[in-house]
Amino acid sequence: METVKTDLVIIGGGGAGLRAAIAAAETDPSLHVTLLSKVYPMRSHTVAAEGGAAAVTQEHDDLEYHFDDTVAGGDWLCEQDVVDYFVNNARRELTQMEHWGCPWSRRDDGHVNVRSFGGMKIDRTWFAADKTGFHMLHTLFQTSIKYPSIHRLDEHFCCDLVVDDEHVQGAVTIDIATGRFVFIHAKAVIIATGGAGRVFRQNTNGGIVTGDGMALAYRHGVPLRDMEFMQYHPTCMPGTGLLFTEACRGEGGFLLNKDGYRYLQDYGLGPPDPSPRNKAMELGPRDRLSQAFWHEYQKGNTINGPHGHYVNLDLRHLGKRKLLERLPQIYEMAVEYQGIDPAETPIPVLPAVHYTMGGIEANGKTGSRLAGLYSVGECSSIGIHGANRLGSNSLTELCVFGKVAGEEAAAYAQSTEHRKTDSVQNIAGDIQRRVEDIVSSTDGTERIADLRDEMMKSMEDGCGIYRTAEEMQATCDKLASLRERYKRINIEDKSGPWNTEQLLALELGYLLEVAEAVVHSAFHRKESRGSHQRLDGFEERDDENFLKHSLAFYDGDSAPRIEYSDVTVTKSKPGIRAYGAAGEQAELDRKNEGSADG
Amino acid sequence: MAEEKTIEIEVLRYRPTEDSEPVAETFEVPFTYDTSVLQGIQYIKDYLDGSLAFRWSCRMAICGSCGMMLNGEPRLACNSFLRNYYPGKLTIEALKHFPIEKDLVIDASDFINKLESITPYIDASEPRSLDEGEYLQTPRQKARYDQFSACINCMLCYAACPQYGLDTGFTGPGILALLHRYNADSRDGARDKRMEIVNAEEGVWGCTLVGYCSEVCPKEVDPAKAVNLNKVNSTMDYFLRFVSPKKGASQ
Repeated sequence: METVKTDLVIIGGGGAGLRAAIAAAETDPSLHVTLLSKVYPMRSHTVAAEGGAAAVTQEHDDLEYHFDDTVAGGDWLCEQDVVDYFVNNARRELTQMEHWGCPWSRRDDGHVNVRSFGGMKIDRTWFAADKTGFHMLHTLFQTSIKYPSIHRLDEHFCCDLVVDDEHVQGAVTIDIATGRFVFIHAKAVIIATGGAGRVFRQNTNGGIVTGDGMALAYRHGVPLRDMEFMQYHPTCMPGTGLLFTEACRGEGGFLLNKDGYRYLQDYGLGPPDPSPRNKAMELGPRDRLSQAFWHEYQKGNTINGPHGHYVNLDLRHLGKRKLLERLPQIYEMAVEYQGIDPAETPIPVLPAVHYTMGGIEANGKTGSRLAGLYSVGECSSIGIHGANRLGSNSLTELCVFGKVAGEEAAAYAQSTEHRKTDSVQNIAGDIQRRVEDIVSSTDGTERIADLRDEMMKSMEDGCGIYRTAEEMQATCDKLASLRERYKRINIEDKSGPWNTEQLLALELGYLLEVAEAVVHSAFHRKESRGSHQRLDGFEERDDENFLKHSLAFYDGDSAPRIEYSDVTVTKSKPGIRAYGAAGEQAELDRKNEGSADG
Repeated sequence: MAEEKTIEIEVLRYRPTEDSEPVAETFEVPFTYDTSVLQGIQYIKDYLDGSLAFRWSCRMAICGSCGMMLNGEPRLACNSFLRNYYPGKLTIEALKHFPIEKDLVIDASDFINKLESITPYIDASEPRSLDEGEYLQTPRQKARYDQFSACINCMLCYAACPQYGLDTGFTGPGILALLHRYNADSRDGARDKRMEIVNAEEGVWGCTLVGYCSEVCPKEVDPAKAVNLNKVNSTMDYFLRFVSPKKGASQ
């Protein structure tokens, strides 16, 4: 097998991976950095992020506000020391993006403009129209070309990590164009492979968002943390699940039920002011808005369409000019995909899976319990999103922690040596044979698409916006049987070059394992918190028993083992999570209580 | 709206390990009002022939992966709809002017190499520390390059460009637009370096003003406009060299 010897390999060429690569290259230009991606980096799913990136920017804003919004938004399941680091470094990192050429939208005076976003007390979301992720990704990709020590391996698919005696030593990949295996022998590995939204049927994610890195770390004993927290974004296109950014509401859009009524006022998010009011109504957090949709559906207040029940996202009052300036992509999508002019007609929307809050357990500096392994971005659980991510925190996360990951992994690579070639080559060879066996097997009977569709449907049934033990149990059982059937997967294509059927089969293997981690973590969390809501006697948050991270450990063919770890609470005691007028009252009460405490 | 019909899709296949040249294969694909061409191809892969190879990801015309020829026209498969080809037959081929790696997958390395060669990043005219905050850039200054920063690298314009079809040495529309994006950015100072690429024979002067590149662009980048602006810039450069050596036109 061809071997590439490198100091550091980054798996995943999206925003987080690129930022990490640049940081590593800047830390020590003499390090050989390999950036591995199963697609050309600018195809990575960061490209689809729309709304923006949060950082305290305005005079009347405060780092403490961003901290409080994030921690309360995450229903207190956040690592508060990590959130502190995050909010403190957010603006600096977005400024770095500006210096690298990111075309942030501007105010008339030339300064970067900000917009409102859900769950954020003050306008602090930097944006590049409604293509923020696209612009950040292209800026990072193009900037990365400046660094000669970054060696890209585009369109290389990662099959497994090479772990020798408790030390990660790189990865085995398939060069997709040729089908040949390549062993990347590295001293340190950063996983930056994005989320796992494709375990669900209706989702906003690209086809590549298949949890690869999560599954790889998990198989090698690193737990997946807080996986039960999957974010449903409230405004997505029925059928495809394509995303209509939260910025639609940040710019003043309304959510209307079948009677044209702004129903969010019935769910503790009012009063219904005519223009956007931060942390109220349409600018409430995503979990609450998706839950409100579910209740409206139960009440018969949604509209029945060809792709299921929906509500309307009304942007008409913003006017065509503003729509084209601030939300050009949304406008284009509505016209092209739905045949609707949003300046004339409300857009049908429903909640769809958008973001994986949990991920590979990471300490505050992106490291893991496996020596040499780091993770960053959506695949990682560094602890800033808790039980519900606030929109526009994740693009900032890529920058802030991408930099940390690059620096940390570079320092580790500097301080250590490659392990003996013989033993790691043997491990790599075993991986190659295992993958080849899957393809060359001729007695497969199970169709990839069938297993995938059954998995997605079952996840939607068991791990939707509201959950019950009975439904989750059914999903646990279903996934166990799908994993068994997966052993008899049928791959018709036996050729080498561009064998994407083989890659789909490997991705399905990743998805099934990550899906199991999600549903088992959900099943064991006997409370309701953030995006994990139960209807079977556990409707309340239970801090006494569940102010804890859940950890899903891989256990071979068996179901994952679920354990728990403590949540770092530094300065924000778990409190009442309220929005709208009730939220303002709660904040006032907290302040008064604080001053009474002295 | 949900009424299901069936359309005939002919795909030009090429399996490098089996075929000496591309061969057409026809599939019957069910669709409804809002089924995209991409969904149609996915149906073929899922249920009719698992070996069909094509690139795709975002499904929303922003990742730039799924460019292909639909009835001879370069388009993204994800924002094209089967209803628009029915009741006729839809013919799908790999993007024109690129070598085919397999089926609908083209070899993009020429495009990537060109992208890497044009200094596609800010080389600051006045370096600034992060502590000094952001560069000021008014909406008007931003508007000078805005449109050209919207390129999703889908390469449809290369498949549309007759000049690139004749000579792949031509830098080509998308990359010239990207080059102009940086030259027109008020933060950048590497214009002189990039103008060497613009002025070269393979630069803007390779363009024969057909303009089809801008017509097929799914993002209204208008690469033809970027090329034309640079023809003006290049001419100015040429003449200004006599007046004041080392100084080109500023815009």
